[in-house]
Amino acid sequence: MSYLDNIVFAIVLVVSIGYFAKNVKKIIRNIKLGQNVDRTDNSAARCRNMTLVALGQKKMFTRPIPALLHFMLYAAFVITQIELLEIIVDGLFGTHRFFKISLGGFYTFLISFIEILSLLALIATVLFLIRRNLLKLPRLNKEELLGWPKKDANLILIMEIILVLCIFTMNGTDEVLYSLGNSHFEGIGSFNFAISQFLGPAFFGGLSEGTLHILERIGWWGHFLMVMAFLNYLYYSKHLHILLAFPNTYFANLKPQGEFDNLEAVTKEVKLMMDPNADPFAAPAEGAELPAKFGASDIQDLNWVQLLNAYTCTECGRCSSVCPANTTGKKLSPRKIMMDTRDRMEEVGRNIDANKGVFVPDNKSLLNDYITPEELWACTSCNACVEECPVSISPLSIIMDMRRYLVMEQSAAPAALNSMMTNVENNGAPWPYNQQDRLNWKNEL
Amino acid sequence: MSENLIVPTMAEMLAQGKQPEVLFWVGCAGSFDDRAKKITKAFVRILNSANVSFAVLGTEESCTGDPAKRAGNEFLFQMQAMMNIEVLNAYEAKKIVTACPHCFNTLKNEYPELGGKYEVVHHTEFLKSLLNDGRLSIEGGQFKGKKITFHDPCYLGRANKIYEAPRDLIEKLDVELVEMKRSKANGLCCGAGGAQMFKDAEKGNKEINIERTEDALETTPDIIATGCPFCNTMMTDGIKHKEKEKEGEVKVMDIAELIANAQDL
Repeated sequence: MSYLDNIVFAIVLVVSIGYFAKNVKKIIRNIKLGQNVDRTDNSAARCRNMTLVALGQKKMFTRPIPALLHFMLYAAFVITQIELLEIIVDGLFGTHRFFKISLGGFYTFLISFIEILSLLALIATVLFLIRRNLLKLPRLNKEELLGWPKKDANLILIMEIILVLCIFTMNGTDEVLYSLGNSHFEGIGSFNFAISQFLGPAFFGGLSEGTLHILERIGWWGHFLMVMAFLNYLYYSKHLHILLAFPNTYFANLKPQGEFDNLEAVTKEVKLMMDPNADPFAAPAEGAELPAKFGASDIQDLNWVQLLNAYTCTECGRCSSVCPANTTGKKLSPRKIMMDTRDRMEEVGRNIDANKGVFVPDNKSLLNDYITPEELWACTSCNACVEECPVSISPLSIIMDMRRYLVMEQSAAPAALNSMMTNVENNGAPWPYNQQDRLNWKNEL
Repeated sequence: MSENLIVPTMAEMLAQGKQPEVLFWVGCAGSFDDRAKKITKAFVRILNSANVSFAVLGTEESCTGDPAKRAGNEFLFQMQAMMNIEVLNAYEAKKIVTACPHCFNTLKNEYPELGGKYEVVHHTEFLKSLLNDGRLSIEGGQFKGKKITFHDPCYLGRANKIYEAPRDLIEKLDVELVEMKRSKANGLCCGAGGAQMFKDAEKGNKEINIERTEDALETTPDIIATGCPFCNTMMTDGIKHKEKEKEGEVKVMDIAELIANAQDL
């Protein structure tokens, strides 16, 4: 019967990781719904980007206060995983503080370090909650965040607080138990952990041994269960970015921001159109691909990097807060473009799950059902959103692909743009002037 | 003002068996827009005075296709691009200079994949190189001591990371260069990009060019300098709008105009 704990622990661990893996597969499947695009070139520059932007959080620091708070959380999150490793060993084998004997003084340093980072994380979390809910920062209180996104953000902060409280409960009570010679770790004295050596006696000193043991287990199990819950919560949350920021920055666009991609399918058509020797009625060559849809009206028309972008979006809204259209009250919000893309992708994913692996048309699409033409036409293509994104997402590329669909598939550009395009086509200028007058300025006073 | 502009065309050059050092891509705004034509002429005056061998395409030039591409019409863009590339390649163009960041970006970044590979420079970069080579000298002249703020065009700045050339030129004028709160990579769009120039803005609570003009006016400048004909129009309109409640005069000028006027060219 004494193995019951270990068995329960193993089951929770396996089920959690299994369920997480199942969801990861779904994410990969959904991202692969997108069109192919080659982003495997120049691995040196890509690695450099990933290291600087995802690992080093370079772009976060354009706004120092949230960057610092975020870094406190991030550092604590990464380094705490060492403690999780010990919890897993202890949980599976029934040991207690397994690393302490082999690591000796370094163990004390390590746990102290974790405790200090955890305390900083706790402070950051509380400040984040205040920023979000009391200070009501404009970019964190926009329309697109109403409902689940707002809950999601607060929920994760509360989970973080519980996690840190568990760490301190676990270490604090164990400290008191150890000083009484009653810890599961053999011996008597102090663990000398930076914070819990003081916090333990202050909070838990004088409690009965039985209570201390129960509290210690609550802290220990609490920490473990919280991490497992967090792991599985990721799939439903904007916090997927803690994993996807890495591939997302690796596969980010390396070309100049002003260079919009060239549509190969169009090049073929235009070349044919301009070739005087081409036979317009000729049958397509053997093996020729069917012409793709021009532009994008749904997630399947976007490429997989754009879909990865959508899963990576943290909904921080830095893009929208610098967007000239958004800040002057227009409907366009680059953040909403990313959130809509993810929502639609998940909807398509659920459709596929429900229909034995095939997508059954649902008479809906990303365009119109999620994103309106009004939003798309408000974009000035200024690249501010792309520049600002801390994880190298490009909302602009999605906006442009959807404009292409509106114009090339539906001829649904605003009337003024249609005249501009007619002028370009007929006169070689966006205004109705004659191309023959192009050099008139030379002789005008 | 004597208008003895020397503006050879590529066709004339070819007839004389000559190849100019640089092809000046004037752009649609620079050719047809009354305000932008002044920028074109100012730039030509500088080229003439620095004895730069250049030529324009003249009536053989056509829209690069930038507004069509940003509006989503890839067909029209590629047709324009391929026609232009045919002309440019026929003249064996190597180096192109332009005063329009939109033409600059498209020629530089989007033409190569369609077969148009040239060395493309923005006029501020080109003027900077003339200065470095000692072919051009810049003095403050009438602008000495004036307060100037520079508005970064998105397609020059963020799109192509050119922030220093225009600023270096402005500083040569012995002026006080003041930065807006949003500048360089954080610059705010003038509101004309992405083909917005050619349509009404979507409904909002403010026009983008007004927002940007307010950024500029916060620095209490004498002159708002820019390096894009579209930004120029948007900022000029912004100033006109704000002047209703504001006294005093703020001018919007292209960097080429600043340099040409400072030398009384």
